[in-house]
Amino acid sequence: MTVAIIDYGVGNLRSISNSFTHVAGPLNIEVAILDRAQCLTGFSALVLPGQGAFGSSVDNVRHKGWEEPMLEAVAAGVPLFGICVGMQLLLDESEEMGRHQGLGLVPGQVLRFPEAMADPREPARMLRVPQIGWNQLHQQRADPLLDGVPNHAYAYFAHSYRCVPADESVVLATTDYGVSYASVLQSGNLWGIQCHPEKSQQVGLRILTNFMRTVEERAT
Amino acid sequence: MLAKRVIPCLDVHNGRVVKGVEFVDLVDAGDPVSQAIVYDREGADELVFLDITATHEAREIVTNMVLQVADAVFIPFTVGGGIRSEDDMRAILLAGADKVSVNSAAVHNPDIISQGAERFGSQCIVTAIDAKRRETDPGVPPAWDVYVSGGRINTGLDAVEWAQEVEEKGTGELLLTSMDGDGTQNNYDLELTRAVSDAVSIPVIASGGAGQASHFADAVTKGGAAAALAASLFHFRQLSIREVKEHMAAEGIPVRLDGFGA
Repeated sequence: MTVAIIDYGVGNLRSISNSFTHVAGPLNIEVAILDRAQCLTGFSALVLPGQGAFGSSVDNVRHKGWEEPMLEAVAAGVPLFGICVGMQLLLDESEEMGRHQGLGLVPGQVLRFPEAMADPREPARMLRVPQIGWNQLHQQRADPLLDGVPNHAYAYFAHSYRCVPADESVVLATTDYGVSYASVLQSGNLWGIQCHPEKSQQVGLRILTNFMRTVEERAT
Repeated sequence: MLAKRVIPCLDVHNGRVVKGVEFVDLVDAGDPVSQAIVYDREGADELVFLDITATHEAREIVTNMVLQVADAVFIPFTVGGGIRSEDDMRAILLAGADKVSVNSAAVHNPDIISQGAERFGSQCIVTAIDAKRRETDPGVPPAWDVYVSGGRINTGLDAVEWAQEVEEKGTGELLLTSMDGDGTQNNYDLELTRAVSDAVSIPVIASGGAGQASHFADAVTKGGAAAALAASLFHFRQLSIREVKEHMAAEGIPVRLDGFGA
């Protein structure tokens, strides 16, 4: 079994690949980093990482020829896990620096945090965007991805834009930062998470392990 | 709610931790990687490594350390000390650090902040400010000077104004150390912390002076800090991260308590 991390030119993948390798070892799953577009239907699962701007990310995905093989693999039932901007790419479009079309796998939009959100602890102060730090995952429904993760557990976030899916039933967890927004999604064979599991200590590693186990179960 | 952070700091010299953590079960108390793992398990929200060697030859040693830490811990970490150029930043970030911190280099050339922020993102760039109280006449509000070169040189810059300038340059966070408080364990300089955090909108990490769990809570509630940092207090096991966080939670401060154990 091999899980493929898609390197479409996101930059530094070291932490992501480290964390996946860390959880994959005990499960006997191989982790491959693919830096050239290829057919993906043969992999057990795909990981779509992301950092930086939505527009340049989705441009890279397209220009480097990843869109077609990814859509083909997803249509064939291969599980895909989008992380941070990788999750945002699954949606229809983003308003980050202009309008950019996403992969359209999950109906919805990627919007910036609203302007002038008051800090609930010090109402005279505004919450800063980007949100950087540990915030909570409030679970909305059960899914194997969050098995064993305590409700309201903290995970590490660093972002200015948030996913607003059209269908609320895809939302596995929400996070509060001025607004309540979707921080974990699941729809069919697609999962997405806004925080950085690779930087979220035990909670993050548990989520990655859960994803790997889900993949394993599907394969058998 | 976004949690307030507790951050242990490790001072590193030639790839070795200077003030070693006193753990009976730690085979090598000077090994930064082993210590990072301990703090990760104890519930640290982030780690800061300050390299006090800062010679040119030391860059490679630091990069190697960062590579190893990145393989071993799954929380964000910052590396500072001796970072003078964009290339220095790049090497540290590529090795797996989440943020770099600049201090003297930013005073000599503030544009290093904007260049780093543009290239790597504001969230990667921390500016460290070492501040010391200026002597003022009675009745005059307190003010602080910015020092560089490990606290040896007074730049004459005003700490609050400098904080605003580096925010404008695009720094994502401030690591604000009170030189008066450092090592005293008498508490953070709460007036300094409050003056700076009210003057900027970026997160301020309070540093220098922590001696009790209540000081961490003070840094947040009275100082307005987003995070509080300590070094020797944790190294010498006077307090555990857990004790600090439990105290903060009891004071109604949102902290991450689920990171312990396992």
